[in-house]
Order: sequence, then C-alpha cells, then structure tokens
Amino acid sequence: MTAWKSILAATALALASSTAALAARTDVVIGIVLEPPHLDPTAGAAAAIKEVGYANVFEGLTRINSDGSVSPALAQSWTISDDGKVYTFKLQDGVKFHDGTDFNAEDVKFSLDRARAEDSVNPQKQLFAAIDTVEATDATTVTVTLKNPQGAFLYNMGWGEAVIVAPESADGNKETPIGTGPFKFDNWAKGSSITIVKNPDYWGEAVALEKAEFRIIPDAAAAIPALLSGDVHAFSNMPAGDALPQIEADSRFKVVLGSTEGETVLSTNNKKAPFDKLEVRQAIAHALNREEIIAGTPPGLGTPIGSHFAPHHPAYVDLTGTYPYDPAKAKELLAAAGFPDGFSATIKLPPPAYAREGGQIIAAQLRQVGINLEIIPVEWADWLGQVFTEKDYDLSIVSHVEPMDIGIYARPDYYFQYENADFDAIIAELDVTADETKRYDLYKQAQEMLAKDAVNGFLFQLPKVGVWDAKLEGMWENWPLAVSDLTKVHWTE
Amino acid sequence: MSAEPTSPAPTDGSFVAAALSNRSFVAGLFITGLIAAMALVSFVWTPYDVTQLVVADRMKTPSAQHWFGTDHFGRDILAMIMVGARNSIAVAVVAVGIGMGIGVPLGCWAAARGGFVDEALMRFNDLVFAFPALLSAVLITAIFGPGAINAIIAIGIFNIPVFARVARAGALSVWPREYILAARAAGKGKVLITIEHILPNIASILLVQGTIQFALGILAEAGLSYLGLGTQPPMPSWGRMLFDAQTRMMVAPHLALFPGFAIIVTVLGLNLLGDGLRDVLDPRLRRER
Amino acid sequence: MIPFLARRLLTGLATLLLASVVVFAVLEILPGDPALLMLGMNASPEALATLREQLGLNDPVMVRYVSWILGLLTGDFGRSFTYSSPVIDLIAERAVVSLPLAVISLLLSTAIAIPVGIFAAARRGKAADTLSMGAAQVGVAVPNFWFALILVYIFAVWLQLVPAGGFPGWKAGLWPGLKALILPSVALALPQAAILARVTRSAMLEVLGEDYIRTARAKGMPRRHVLWRHALRNAMIPVLTILGLQFAFLLAGTIIIENVFYLPGLGRLVFQAITQRDLIVVEGVVMLLVASVIFVNIVVDICYALVDPRLRSNA
Repeated sequence: MTAWKSILAATALALASSTAALAARTDVVIGIVLEPPHLDPTAGAAAAIKEVGYANVFEGLTRINSDGSVSPALAQSWTISDDGKVYTFKLQDGVKFHDGTDFNAEDVKFSLDRARAEDSVNPQKQLFAAIDTVEATDATTVTVTLKNPQGAFLYNMGWGEAVIVAPESADGNKETPIGTGPFKFDNWAKGSSITIVKNPDYWGEAVALEKAEFRIIPDAAAAIPALLSGDVHAFSNMPAGDALPQIEADSRFKVVLGSTEGETVLSTNNKKAPFDKLEVRQAIAHALNREEIIAGTPPGLGTPIGSHFAPHHPAYVDLTGTYPYDPAKAKELLAAAGFPDGFSATIKLPPPAYAREGGQIIAAQLRQVGINLEIIPVEWADWLGQVFTEKDYDLSIVSHVEPMDIGIYARPDYYFQYENADFDAIIAELDVTADETKRYDLYKQAQEMLAKDAVNGFLFQLPKVGVWDAKLEGMWENWPLAVSDLTKVHWTE
Repeated sequence: MSAEPTSPAPTDGSFVAAALSNRSFVAGLFITGLIAAMALVSFVWTPYDVTQLVVADRMKTPSAQHWFGTDHFGRDILAMIMVGARNSIAVAVVAVGIGMGIGVPLGCWAAARGGFVDEALMRFNDLVFAFPALLSAVLITAIFGPGAINAIIAIGIFNIPVFARVARAGALSVWPREYILAARAAGKGKVLITIEHILPNIASILLVQGTIQFALGILAEAGLSYLGLGTQPPMPSWGRMLFDAQTRMMVAPHLALFPGFAIIVTVLGLNLLGDGLRDVLDPRLRRER
Repeated sequence: MIPFLARRLLTGLATLLLASVVVFAVLEILPGDPALLMLGMNASPEALATLREQLGLNDPVMVRYVSWILGLLTGDFGRSFTYSSPVIDLIAERAVVSLPLAVISLLLSTAIAIPVGIFAAARRGKAADTLSMGAAQVGVAVPNFWFALILVYIFAVWLQLVPAGGFPGWKAGLWPGLKALILPSVALALPQAAILARVTRSAMLEVLGEDYIRTARAKGMPRRHVLWRHALRNAMIPVLTILGLQFAFLLAGTIIIENVFYLPGLGRLVFQAITQRDLIVVEGVVMLLVASVIFVNIVVDICYALVDPRLRSNA
C-alpha cells in the first residue's frame, strides 16, 4: 500500500517537475570527474576545487574569461604606475561575503598577505612572489607594490588561487566556502555531489540558475550512461572516450570541442643516461608518430604540438616539423649516440587515460627503433613522489595543465632536469617585460629552443570535450582555466 | 550403519569408468581442456602478435580476418584472449594452491588438537580473515606496486583462512563419529586419523570450496586487473580487457562480450569439473543415486 | 553459553588490537607523501613542510600510533587529511549507502538461494535440479562488474527505468534512495546467490547421505519432515559459514560495484583514500570493517552453537 503511494507520489512529482521545466528551468546538474578534496582554492592544488568554486563562489580582483582575456572582478578598475611597479585597485562597493560580513580593502590585503606568507600553503605561491607590499589605502582602494614590474600580474590575480577570502571565514573554507560570488555553497554529500545555490545578495549581475549540482562521476564508463539517461546535463570536459561520435549523433546533446592549457608531453629525464644525450632525445622525437598517438588516445582529438606551448595562443609557433616521424633517422641517431642495438628503459604512467593508453602506443613505437620500454603504472601519489620529487624515472607522460607554463623549464631542479642558461635568460627577461610584441617574440624563442633541444617528446594539446544538453547555454567553450563558470549558464526554454 | 569407512578414491579402473559416465565431469573436462589447450597453443602460435599495435585498425567488428574483432589499439581480440587465458589460469592455480596448501593443514590441525592450538590458530585465521580481501589486495598492490605476482599473493593469502575454516568445520563434524572414536580407541594417532579418515571425508566439501575459490580466483584476478592493479600491459588479461572495453560498450560491445564470455566459460568449465569430481569421488553421494 | 560468549568477545577484542597494529604498520610502509599530493606539482618546499607539521606527520611512529588508538577508544577517528573533516563523519555519510546495499544484497541472495538450494537437493537429479543448478553454475561464473555493466545498459540506458548510478541521498526520500540501490544490489546479489545455492544444495545432500537421516527415512519418517526438521538444521553449518563470508565480502568487497555505479560508499571512500594517501581515513575504515567482520564471526559462532550444541564445548 505504502509502496504504491510512494510510486504515485513519485509520478506526481515527476509530472510536476516536468511541467515546471516547461516554464523555465533553473537547476542544472554538472558532471565532474574528480571530487575536490576540500573547497578552499587557496589551500589545495586539485583542479576540482576551482572547477566548482571559481567565479561561482569565489572571486578575485580580476577574472579570466573563457577566451583567456582578463577583466575586472572585485576590482572595478585599476591604474598602473609608469615604472610598472605600483598597482592601485579601485574595489567594487557594497560587496558582502556569503556570511553577511562586508568586503573591503582589508580583506584584499589579508588574502594576498596570507597567500604569500611564510607558512602559507597556497599551491601557487609563485603568483605572489613579485609582490612587495599590499596597502589598504581606504575601504575601497588597495595599493600593491611589486618588487619588479611583472607583465602577467593582472592575469595572475585572476587565477583561482588568488581569490579574495575574509579573515572571519578563511579557516573554514575547506568545509564551508565563504566567498563573494553569485552562488553560495549549499551542501556537499561527500563522494557524491556538491550543491551551490543562487546568492540573492550578489553585488553584480544576477545569475539565471537557482541551483547547480556538481555530481562526481569518476570515469567514462559511468559518465556515458549518466549523460544518456539524463541524470547529468553537462560536462565541461567529458571523459567520453570512444563514445563521443555516439553522443554527437544524438540531437539531445551539444558537443563543443575547445582548447585547454594542457600540453601533453613525454617527460624525459634530461640528466639520466642515455637521455642526457641530445641524439637519443632527437631519436625519440623522430620515432614518435604523433598522428597515431593522437588517434589511439580517445577521443582522438588532440592537436599536435612541437614544443611546450598552447596552439591557440597568438605567440604559438608550429614546430611539429622540427623532428618529423622518421624511424630510419631515429635508428641512425641512436647508432651515432652509441646504441646501434637500442636500449631498455622504463616509462612511468600516471592514471589518466591519455597517459596509460598513449603510453602503450609510445612503447610500441619506440620498440620499432630498438628502445624497449617497460611500462610501470603509478598512482598520482607515487608519481609525485618518485617522478616529480625524486626524479627517479626515465620517461613519463603528463599533461601540464597550468596556463602559460613554459617557464617551468627554467626552474632549477624541475623534474625534466633541463639546464640551459640561454633559456633561463629568456624566461627571466619575459618576467620583467610588459610589452606584448616583445613578450611574444621571447615566447617564440623559448619554444624554438625547447623544440630543438628535444627536451621532452612533445605530443599533443589536450582537447576540451564540452558536452551538454542542447537546451543549455552559456557554458565555456575553451578552457584557459579548468573551471565550470556557471555565471552565464541558462536554459533556453 | 557402515562399520568401516570407505576409502575415498576408488581403484583406477572404476574411477575412470565412473568419471567418464558423469556428464558434469565430462563437460567440465572438455571445456577446461579446451581453455588449457588454448593457453598452451598461445605459447607457440597466435593469429596475430599481441604486442603489435595497429591503430588504423582499431575497434574493428568481428570479420574473417579477425574472428573476434580488434581492440582499441587494433590488436586481435582472439589472440589476446588466448594469451590472457594462460595468465588467468596461472594466477588462479597458484592462488588456490597457496590457500589450500596452507589452509587445509591448519584447519585439520586445529580440529584435531582442539584447545589452545585450535584457539590460537583460529584466532590467527580470524585476523587474516577479518581484513576484507579485495581491500587488502588493493593495499598490497598499492605498497608493492601493481602486477600479476602481487595479485597472486594478495588473492592467495586470503584463500588461506577460507580453506582453514571450511576444513576445520568439516573436520569437527567428522571427529565425533563412531568409527573415528573406534579408531582412536584402537590407538591410532591423530595425524593418521586425519589423513586416513578426516581428509577423505572432508574432501568433497574442500573440492566444492576449491572450485568456488578457483572461480573466485579467476574473478578476483579479473577484478584486480579491472581496477588496474593486476596484470599489466602489454601482457593481455581478461579483466584488463573488460576495463578497456567498459568505456566503449556503446560503440564496440564486442570488446566487452568476448573477454566476459571467456571468463564465464572458463569458470563454468572448472565448476562443472569440480562438481563431477565430487560426485565421482564421494562414494556416499554416489550410493544415494 | 555465557562463558563461551565472554571468551569469544575477549578474543575478538584481541584480534581487533592485533589488527590495529597490522593496519598501522602496513600504512607506515605505504610510499607516497600525503602533503605533496595535497599541494601538487607547484608546491614550495616551505609550504610542504608547514603542511606536514600541521598534519602531524613529523611525530615519531609510536606517538602517532598511541594517540590514534587512544582516539579510537574515545570514539575519535581523527581528521581526514584531504577532506579536512572528521573521519567519523565521512564514515557515517558512506555507511548509510554501503550498509543498506550489503543488507539488501544479502537478503536478496539468501531469499533466492536457500529455497533454490533445498529444492534442488530434494529433487536431486530431476529436471528442476539440473535447471536451477545449471543457472547457478552460470551465475557463479559471471563477474559481478561485467553483469553490472550489462544491467546498466539494459535498465538505465536502454529502458531508462532506474538511474545509471549515483546516489541522491536519503534526504531525497526513501524511494529514490532505494531505486539507486536496485541495480547495484542485484549485480552483487546474483553471483552471491548462485554460490549460496550451490553450497546449500551440496550441504543438504551431504546431510541427506548421513546415516541417521537414512535411518530416519528407513524408519518411515515422511521425506518432507526429514528434509526440514533434521537435514536442514544440520546443513546450516556450512551455509552459515558461507553467509558469514559473504556478508564480510559485501561490506567491503563492493569497491568495484561502487565504482561502476559511482555510489558514495565505504569501498570507494577507502579506495580513494588509499590512492590519495589519506592514511587516517584508510586506518579508520579498515578498523571499522575489521571490527564488523569480527562481530559477524562471533554471531556466526553463536549460531553454530545454537544449531549444534556439540560444537559449544569445542568453540
């Protein structure tokens, strides 16, 4: 009897909600692949933290848009001194945090000082490295003085790690994030979903959605049925794998392919023999068939790259032809390096499919020229420990998803173990150059140098496979930041 | 009431005759033999080289060239199933061997000695047994790294308490029987009694458990490989194939069907064989027929 | 019965204590730095050191073990490194998914298996026996995650009767919650039922072959009476053993199924915690699972004693 009642009730409810949907739907379920460990973007590197909170819950002085441009956010305007060292930000007026406390210049000072403090656990501490002092001139004016001019400072302040938090609530942001954004945190069912709801007191343009749920769907196997059965309305970047054509053919969904900042590279230990020999690295570059690697790494949509730079950036140079696919040439180079019969090495593969599946193809390709790779799958914890920190590896495959991160090659002791004083000089100059033409020229030089030195095997740029309900609009098409900004998202009927 | 226990294994001639007249046994032997033969043949011949990746031929449906189609790297699925068979069999055989070889003596010893030994052994067993098997296997592979050997150890360890428990429970129910009491009265030692009377009497339940554990061993290997913790590429494994197939179910269901069927058929064959063996070996059950 | 129980509980506690040492030791040798994992590739050494200190990773092993055990005794499971919320809350949130899932699966499998097993044993050699045992044979052979996949594609994607996965939470109501558990519990229960049916049948046959049953039959006792009153009672021992095993399996062995249906259960919690090196969570969940297995074992032992008084003196 009760069972029947609940079925009836469920049916009634379903009818009610479907009629409501006809009026104007204001809720959305977004699929995300990884669950954030916590929700404080200033205290954890996991991309999932920002995927949920960026622009929705938390805001910074500036923000980065879907086309990669920078626009004002909590700072409504700014002036820069002639020497490029002093930034004076004019803040938005009448902004309140979600817990009702007022936002003012002191909060900005607190946030920036906290991020660059000695005991800070901010995962992108280098964003704030150039800051010398932060002063709250008055309630709505903040003056930031840099140690030296920094071309990317406004861009840096738009990163997810540079959001403004309040001293009253900062310590609790991991569990209950309190920001200034158009959405308020509502609920987190651990392992299942995170819900945010509209902030009625938002200072800026109101959002169309009343409620958004981020549902955690760990892999393609679960993502596909979740989408097809209508449980989930959208994926910013769907792990669709080989099922993508199926989804594209379904008129209920829109598939939008976009770009990401993820340069996928065959990371090479440049100090470990025999990879310390330029000929060996060149041989590997000649042995890699990018087309085959891309075709065999679902959904097969990567864009080939010849250096560590995103193809959609205006300063990009196509260097894929530096060492074209040529197994015979690869064997010659190996022989010249003293390995006429090839050699054996290991490749440590982290969990993502691009690494685990791409790695098998690369192993097969290198076997053709006599390099026998033993495949060692590693979890992220082991990858970070063994490969990234201890540099105990020969080869690995990783997508470097931070935006504009060519500078990592100049870092001392970075896990590629690449050392080139000329390259370091270029990056150092970039850091103090604000002129765009000059910057682009320096970027080009940097790309060419990396390509020529065959530092890593440069494979492809990770695609962003945006999949959402055909009636949903306003999702980001490209991913200059790996986020799900819902501020413009709405249903069309 | 039979005065003397019957010996478990009938003499050669009658055993073979009995076995061959048992349908389950024959069917099981046939299927298992087929899978074993397939595994053996794979050492010398496979239709294609399983280490050869032909990305251009990826996910082809079954055809005259590729009877079972090709996988996401363009490898021949039939060849992979053949090579995968030897992997599955090896893992399960060793894992059950570890479990039986250690667990049964432990269980029998505990049942025979009783008292402190029984208590200590069973508590030790409880300790191992108290750790959820799959979870511990995940932990073991997290520490020692994923791979076939570590998968075998992980599965094998957790077979020990299973066999110990079943052997002990079976033995305990046999010990109070009159003919055992008679044998003890006649001065026979506990070890001798265990070997002569207890083991034959619990053999059938051990066999049933053995087939279950063998099935579970193959399934566990598939499960661990499915989680990415078992056999590693480029060595093909049925569980790994299912993992790779899962995301491609809608576009290429044959990727999941064939490895799935391979597992089902193998386990089915083994279970039929075990059932048949039990019927043949257990004289009391045969008498009932 | 009382001394038997007391002793059983005492040994259970001893096992638990031993298990805590094993768990802690095993996790000590697990490679990987939780702090590094939390801060990621661009973390500065100072930030890492600060975080390690905050997490208490720098204290000596013994200090950490003792404080952990003392915490457990007072019901404090510690705080998750990655989720930064109390472990006990995480466990509670996940247990409300895993526990119902395990119980439903067990009930489902028992409800199918025991009658089928008895029925098949009673009809030994007849068509009904062959048919049901044939089905059970296939059932044992099917990997549950493969079966789960097939179920998802038939009932969720194709027929769209139930959700493909996920869990709406009990707050959404009893029915939506149960609905989300239907496919996972069927996927879990069917292979379990197949095993249980086979064990039940073979245990029944074993007992039916016993002399006293044959004597009872010879004395003219009705077959049904013999079957239910005498045979079943004695056949329960191996069946109970298997049931105990299965419940333990169901509590923790659902990792794969929880992954297929992306259910936020204990299995997935601990699987994630292992890969993220959230040691304190792994320790807490494993201890809890170990404790529940021990508890189930004690219950099974008590059942043994009830079914067969002869075992009481031996246990």
